[in-house]
Amino acid sequence: MTGPPAHPPARVSTSSDRLQRLLALVPYVISRKVVGLSETAAAFGVSERELVDDLNMLWCVELRAPDPYCPIDLSYEGGEIVVSQAESMDRPLRLGVDEASALLVALRMLAEVGQVAPVPGLAEGSALSRTIAKLEAAAGEAAAPSAQVAVQVDRHAERSVAAQLREALAAGRRVHLSYYVPGRDEATERDVDPMRLLVVEGRTYLEGWCRRAEGVRVFRLDRVLAVKVLKVAAEVPREAEPVDIDSGLFRPSPTDLRVVIELSPYGRWVAEYYPCEEVTELSEGRLRVILRTPDSEWVRRLGLRLGEDGRVVGPAEVVADVRREAGAALAQYGTAGAAGPPGSPGKVS
Amino acid sequence: MSKRKTERLLSLVVCLLSSQRYLTATQIRAAVPGYPDSFDAFKRMFERDKEELRELGIPLDMGSNGPLDEELGYRIPRQRYVLPDIRLEPDEAAVLALAARVWRRAELAGAAAGALLKLRAAGVEAEETSQPGIEPRLTGEAAFGPLWEAVRDRRPVTFAYLAFGRSEPQQRRLEPWGVVNRHGRWYVAGHDQARDAVRVFRLSRIEGQVEFSGPRGAVKVPDGTDVRELVAEWDSHPAEQQTAALKIRSGTGFGLRRRAVRDQPGGDGWDLVDVPFGDAAWFAEHIASFGADVIVTEPADLRDAVITRLKGALA
Repeated sequence: MTGPPAHPPARVSTSSDRLQRLLALVPYVISRKVVGLSETAAAFGVSERELVDDLNMLWCVELRAPDPYCPIDLSYEGGEIVVSQAESMDRPLRLGVDEASALLVALRMLAEVGQVAPVPGLAEGSALSRTIAKLEAAAGEAAAPSAQVAVQVDRHAERSVAAQLREALAAGRRVHLSYYVPGRDEATERDVDPMRLLVVEGRTYLEGWCRRAEGVRVFRLDRVLAVKVLKVAAEVPREAEPVDIDSGLFRPSPTDLRVVIELSPYGRWVAEYYPCEEVTELSEGRLRVILRTPDSEWVRRLGLRLGEDGRVVGPAEVVADVRREAGAALAQYGTAGAAGPPGSPGKVS
Repeated sequence: MSKRKTERLLSLVVCLLSSQRYLTATQIRAAVPGYPDSFDAFKRMFERDKEELRELGIPLDMGSNGPLDEELGYRIPRQRYVLPDIRLEPDEAAVLALAARVWRRAELAGAAAGALLKLRAAGVEAEETSQPGIEPRLTGEAAFGPLWEAVRDRRPVTFAYLAFGRSEPQQRRLEPWGVVNRHGRWYVAGHDQARDAVRVFRLSRIEGQVEFSGPRGAVKVPDGTDVRELVAEWDSHPAEQQTAALKIRSGTGFGLRRRAVRDQPGGDGWDLVDVPFGDAAWFAEHIASFGADVIVTEPADLRDAVITRLKGALA
């Protein structure tokens, strides 16, 4: 349903990729005059052996007319590549529409990010605007369709919060955060050693070493109530592992609750908003999802919020918790718990 | 593509790129090694090769060298083949490398990597050395690929869409005008052919395949269309026009108090809190999530909506 595709569209090695690589290889070397084999292999994301195969193929290009001649002359003796003759292949092929669009859409997204998080390189009139202008010029016609894709980043976070965090990052300072945890409806106080700002799923986060939890944590900027940059140097412990954002910000822990919820068509948003371990289509547009969370209070709140749009079916203690809380709330309205609609086993339908 | 085919295509590109003149199929066959002996087999293979080059974005011109030439020939115009000069300062190259990483988890990852490869070949040093202290990422969505192609090529599409609250998906026919990622979610906006109106769809609610339902260039995007604006409008919340009078248990309900216009002790361990709201249905759900810590005093319809939610949770 949501989340990253099952197979991340990483660089797949097809042979049309190889032709593109061959066409880029000659100008890559020429623009650098002399370049090392290992450095080049790394830049193209291939092994040195594959690179040598490519160089041999280029060197062997032969045309039989007017008489056999070899348009490309190169050598890679001593691990250094030099191209001495390249015919008309000395410049790379221009950018295709998809290529130009991928970079331009991303660059324009960075401009949006710069509005939320004041990163020096992304401010107006900075390296970013110069890069966009140069890329648009180089892409020419291929740049036009990129205007049909736009990215808007959530601006709910206070700009001052982002500015202070950025300042703390640049100065290597510890910060004190007042942070709202909606799952427990609490404002928490903690000292954090900042590591990076992240923008994932359109939201901005601070990644840092939380001294209260003694671990790496990510904090949504729109939930930061107040920041104070402390006059203490940040000390990120060596064992602090940055979050691998390419495999998802939130990864379940084996000790988490395994929560099963059945959703009506009006409750399907749950599967779009929260990373689900499992999503099963039931009849009539209903859905069963399995979520992992360490926080039973969060599940209780979700169950109450969903009302008849969803039903928490496990684990049993959380199910009981939702019912108990709903009953207590209704009692305060003078509506007895028993006032639920009579005989409604199909509440979720 | 086999090694032999790669070799043949490479020779073909070099041959057509080096030639100042249009080369006929016969001349190409004579110059490029690797084509079969039978002329018919050659013709078929050459047709496929031309298609392959076009897919890679290599421009292929057809023409004749003079009025006396009976047969049309081919060449790759160097001017349209080469990437124009581009020089980036180190800070610009760092921004470019950051931009290329944005798609790492999403559909245009390959295109971004391909673009970076060509720019490096043009002499740009876009190495991932400089750490700007920020890492933005776009999320993938299965329907993005075909919808991007449709928007790019101006083709109408059809897909099954499960609208909010529906139990069955409905087939929609859309002339797509643009794709927008708003606050982390992908949308497509365009002209819904059946309803003859502008519509916005969330990509995560598209079920199954997106199919093209018309030729390239068939979609006309009206002048002055701002797809960002269309999606923002669709996604916007109603203005906060009402105020709820709430009783909140002391020391709880922090998420509601954040937006309060009044918050004062009301005795017996309860506080009197006034909170403005716009979307009554959403606000009722939000209040219900606080359970027995919050009681709605007014307005009555909000109070009833919360009671209905709670009854639903109890059932």
